[in-house]
Amino acid sequence: MSTEAQQDIIEEFALFDDWMDKYEHLIGLGKNLPLIDEHYKTDQYIIKGCQSKVWLRAEQNEGRVYFSADSDAIITKGIVSVLIRAFSGLSAQDIIDAPTDFINEIGLSDHLSPTRANGLVAMIKQMKLYATAFAAQNNA
Amino acid sequence: MGFDIDKIRADFPILLRQVHNKPLIYFDNAATSQKPKAVIDALVHYYTHLNANIHRGVHALSQEATDAYEQARDGVKTFFNAQFREEIIFTAGTTHSINIVAHGFRSLLNPGDEIIVGQAEHHSNIVPWQMACDLTGAVLKVLPIDDNGQLQLDALQSLLGPKTQLVVVNHVSNALGTINPIEKIIEMAHQAGAKVLIDGAQASSHIQVDVSALNVDFYTTSAHKMCGPTGVGMLYGKKELLELLPPYQGGGEMIKEVYFQGTTYAGLPHKFEAGTPNIAGGIGFGAAIEYLNEIGLDEIAAYEHDLLLYATEELKQVQGLRIYGDVPLKTAVISFNIEGLHPYDVGTLLDQMGIAVRTGQHCAQPVMDFYGIPGTVRASFAFYNTKDEIDTLVKGVKRAVNMLL
Repeated sequence: MSTEAQQDIIEEFALFDDWMDKYEHLIGLGKNLPLIDEHYKTDQYIIKGCQSKVWLRAEQNEGRVYFSADSDAIITKGIVSVLIRAFSGLSAQDIIDAPTDFINEIGLSDHLSPTRANGLVAMIKQMKLYATAFAAQNNA
Repeated sequence: MGFDIDKIRADFPILLRQVHNKPLIYFDNAATSQKPKAVIDALVHYYTHLNANIHRGVHALSQEATDAYEQARDGVKTFFNAQFREEIIFTAGTTHSINIVAHGFRSLLNPGDEIIVGQAEHHSNIVPWQMACDLTGAVLKVLPIDDNGQLQLDALQSLLGPKTQLVVVNHVSNALGTINPIEKIIEMAHQAGAKVLIDGAQASSHIQVDVSALNVDFYTTSAHKMCGPTGVGMLYGKKELLELLPPYQGGGEMIKEVYFQGTTYAGLPHKFEAGTPNIAGGIGFGAAIEYLNEIGLDEIAAYEHDLLLYATEELKQVQGLRIYGDVPLKTAVISFNIEGLHPYDVGTLLDQMGIAVRTGQHCAQPVMDFYGIPGTVRASFAFYNTKDEIDTLVKGVKRAVNMLL
């Protein structure tokens, strides 16, 4: 089962008929992504596996996990912003349990090259890792 | 034979395919070239009619396969104008070739000895030497490039000294396409008593290489960059040097006699060809060379140079576009960035338009560090590309810029 936010994303991307509209949308999302605080753009927060650099940070507030991110490439920023929408604001356990097939449904994994697809996988993995760490903290 | 582009394009079946519902425009030739039907047919023919292990069977099939494989070696020898056929070692590719030499030098290097390596090398011509230095106490010295990506020969003069054992540089930079003055480098190194290894992976299908005239000690290449199959390549070495180097891998094929008390090694080239080789690959390599010979490397070079000049001029019309290594002596490679744009974004959008380019560091991180950039977009042309395709690239780049800025 997709989460509510994921359903929204799927419906939003279903509106685009061609790749150009889709990428223009992604680029727009990338440009509007709230930037991660500059002092978090360090090796500690960097995600490996992308040709472009991605910094991803998570914090937990009142039982919900919030992500912030940045990238030096704009399309990557668009993608990470979609992921943030899909996962941010959920509980750590919900993030761990959340399915990821919406990526296929919005046609991103098809349209992204293997190197980039790996980056996408690495981003999701990192988000789930953060959630796992918070869940462990919460249960301690 | 004249240069008939339509006929040549028809030799490459893959050029008919579509990518993202658009005709494929393949501008990633520096990563690997496409394969003509003659090469594909040679592979199919081998597996259909000749498949047998070589150099050991008394049966007819094994002899035929051996003949075909050794004929390929002769073709490679002639193509590079080596003096002796045993100077041509079939390897898995350039990386393997360089590793054979770097590994061999581990037993020849002493602490304090020096290896000079170019600043614009592919990682595969850096790391094996770092490993050799780590194990022997030899020292790696870097021959710097200037702003145009060209090796600084005056710096070479001051780096060369009595401790220099080896100079290792590429013939053509994979990241920039710049052609290095290897004749001069070889001469200077030899005057200082050093040996020279040239990484020819980016040169072999674009520049006629004559290892005898160059007087080079080692020259390496990969078949897959020359219209041949992947997983096969060449190490050329002067006979007396190859004899001096210890074997790289032990196994069958590379031995003369094996006793538990000790083993004697086979002569060249088999000393460096342990195990069952890539027989089909070697035969495909031979077919690729025949194909290139038929068209003629001079014809290919002239046609590709024309593409390079045209693409350079057209791409320069794009506002904010900077070409790295924009010098007269280049193969048909354009490595560029657009001000304010990440190469990855540009490459991703070009891919959506059916245009295959490479983006990133091109396995040459020191070059990117030199320019202080995360990478470049690299369009690399081959003799089966056209100016029409370049027009589409330029339009595509402009479209990507409009979308991204």
